[in-house]
Amino acid sequence: MKILVCIKQVPDMESRFKVNAAGDWYDQSDLAFRMNEYDEYAVEQAVQLKEQLGGEPEITVVSIGPERVGEPLRKALAMGCDRGVHIHDADSSRKDPWQIASLLAAFAREGSYDVIFTGMQSQDRGSAQVGMILAELLGLPSVTTIVGFSYEDGQVTVRRELEGGARSVVRVPLPALFTCQLGLNQPRYPTLPNIMKAKKKEILLVKEGDFALTEGRALTSRLFRPEKKGRGLVLEGDVAEQSQRLVEILKIKTAVFR
Amino acid sequence: MKFLLVAESRDGKLCDVSHELLAFAAEAGAEYAYFQVGSEESLPCCDATLYLADRERYGEYSPDLHKELILAAVEWEQPDAVVFMHSSYGWDLAPRVAVALQAAQVSEVVAINDGEYEVGCCNGKMRRSVKPTTPRVVLTLQSGAFNQKEVSGGTPQIVPLEIEKAGGQIDFIGYEEAEKKSVDLTRADIVVSAGRGVGKKENVPLIADLARALGGELGGSRPVVDAGWLDHSHQVGTTGQVVSPKLYMACGISGAIQHVAGMKRSEFVVAINKDRDAPIGEIADVLVVADVMQFVPALIARIGQQA
Ligand SMILES: Cc1cc2nc3c(=O)[nH]c(=O)nc-3n(C[C@H](O)[C@H](O)[C@H](O)COP(=O)(O)OP(=O)(O)OC[C@H]3O[C@@H](n4cnc5c(N)ncnc54)[C@H](O)[C@@H]3O)c2cc1C
Ligand SMILES: Nc1ncnc2c1ncn2[C@@H]1O[C@H](COP(=O)(O)O)[C@@H](O)[C@H]1O
Repeated sequence: MKILVCIKQVPDMESRFKVNAAGDWYDQSDLAFRMNEYDEYAVEQAVQLKEQLGGEPEITVVSIGPERVGEPLRKALAMGCDRGVHIHDADSSRKDPWQIASLLAAFAREGSYDVIFTGMQSQDRGSAQVGMILAELLGLPSVTTIVGFSYEDGQVTVRRELEGGARSVVRVPLPALFTCQLGLNQPRYPTLPNIMKAKKKEILLVKEGDFALTEGRALTSRLFRPEKKGRGLVLEGDVAEQSQRLVEILKIKTAVFR
Repeated sequence: MKFLLVAESRDGKLCDVSHELLAFAAEAGAEYAYFQVGSEESLPCCDATLYLADRERYGEYSPDLHKELILAAVEWEQPDAVVFMHSSYGWDLAPRVAVALQAAQVSEVVAINDGEYEVGCCNGKMRRSVKPTTPRVVLTLQSGAFNQKEVSGGTPQIVPLEIEKAGGQIDFIGYEEAEKKSVDLTRADIVVSAGRGVGKKENVPLIADLARALGGELGGSRPVVDAGWLDHSHQVGTTGQVVSPKLYMACGISGAIQHVAGMKRSEFVVAINKDRDAPIGEIADVLVVADVMQFVPALIARIGQQA
């Protein structure tokens, strides 16, 4: 069995975002980057499937992006993936989901993977499209937003999350693609020995330009900070002062202390 | 401009999204037709064409078939945009339809502006204006972004849709209802919720102490529940409970749209967050910029002095 996991590197969402000079994306300097949260669940699910099958499957983890995406790839290897593929693209943030998925499809077509995992969405762009477009391009059945996964005899049964906490149960034969939702599993922390082992694993570097270029279908014309509606009061200062102010406000505005 | 609005049904009932789709069409000044896999018993109120496919025959989750049905409706109607809600139904189906139509997809639209679509990004901290370059587009709408209180009445003109039923590969087995809630947050007057910003499981009792001191219930954001720090019955949000207390306190919660959807009807919102730019600040009446672990004990002490 061959498994593919697609991961994206995204900034820490607690960062202070600034608009770049071109005005079409956030300024990428001075940001701390990490693996997209949803993709950690994807990596973990791939590793759990490999473990279930006695270590037989080979897991490839792929990421498109600049130099720095080597870091999340190493992390995925330390979590238990076997080989990494870095599709180098310094300008990946300018590609739309269709172009990113087309690149991934061009790469994945050669690998004939049995199972592909992606995150349900990326935390920065949040389009929830790349995994699904990839599946359509490869002609694979796909299921989004999985919160449960079990494999038996070439069949996968997943739980899809619906609104209000309800779920649906869906069965799909392999090959297939799944997009992973928060809470699907508990992603492991790489142990020190596994981090050391991961250093010896291969990360194949390929260039974005090695694949046929597809034209984008949507472009970001502008990135901006949403206007503050300015409804709220902001309390700064030390906690003694803040807590006193808050209690005074609650007394006036709510019935809590009555 | 002409839209094809995709309604949803679950368990045979039309989901309550048609007013949002209608509000969006109204805002865009577009004509529209509806598409629904459902039944004549539960139809959207509108004076428009409704392409209706039978849910008995095509199932409620059968994305390959639903895609083909939508494509058939598109063939008839030739819309400029196919519009879904950004929901478990919509985000699953929209990319399939977009690829088939070779159309750009714009996800989670919150506003429309001069032919461009505004969407949130970076956990709601930033916004993007997206310009499709294809003649036809597929859109998903952020739930709650377009609202119309009054749904204008009317009876749709039904056009029954049928397609050749090629065997899809995805087998729908059934629904599992949400677990019975052991904690009913929906009736609480005060809800104090813990978010990932509380740091670790051992810190959650402090937030519970605050809830107790205020005479309220303890809630939580999803990561806190996923990590097992709190039981699912405490989760607030689209996939948890929707609450509307007199006072909601969000402790270390960033304010992601799926959380906000579960608490934005609260009468008074206090957020405690060390990040002054956290999106929760947008809907909070008071944003306390502080470390929860320092502020909450101080607040509990202050509350104690009120007695
Ligand atoms: C389909 C779908 C459904 C979802 N359903 C839900 C749902 O029902 N409910 C839900 O909550 N989420 C839901 N989510 C997840 C949601 O998108 C967010 O990931 C989640 O709400 C984030 O939780 P959080 O705010 O606790 O954590 P984070 O986003 O990580 O935010 C933590 C916050 O704490 C602050 N902080 C950190 N340390 C401190 C400190 N010491 N003191 C003070 N502040 C601090 C940070 O500045 C940050 O703002 C759903 C997501 C999807 C895709
Ligand atoms: N640059 C990328 N490299 C590899 N995988 C990606 C990339 N961008 C997105 N993905 C995958 O597609 C999923 C959905 O992303 P998005 O459509 O941007 O919300 C992510 O969770 C990843 O699994």
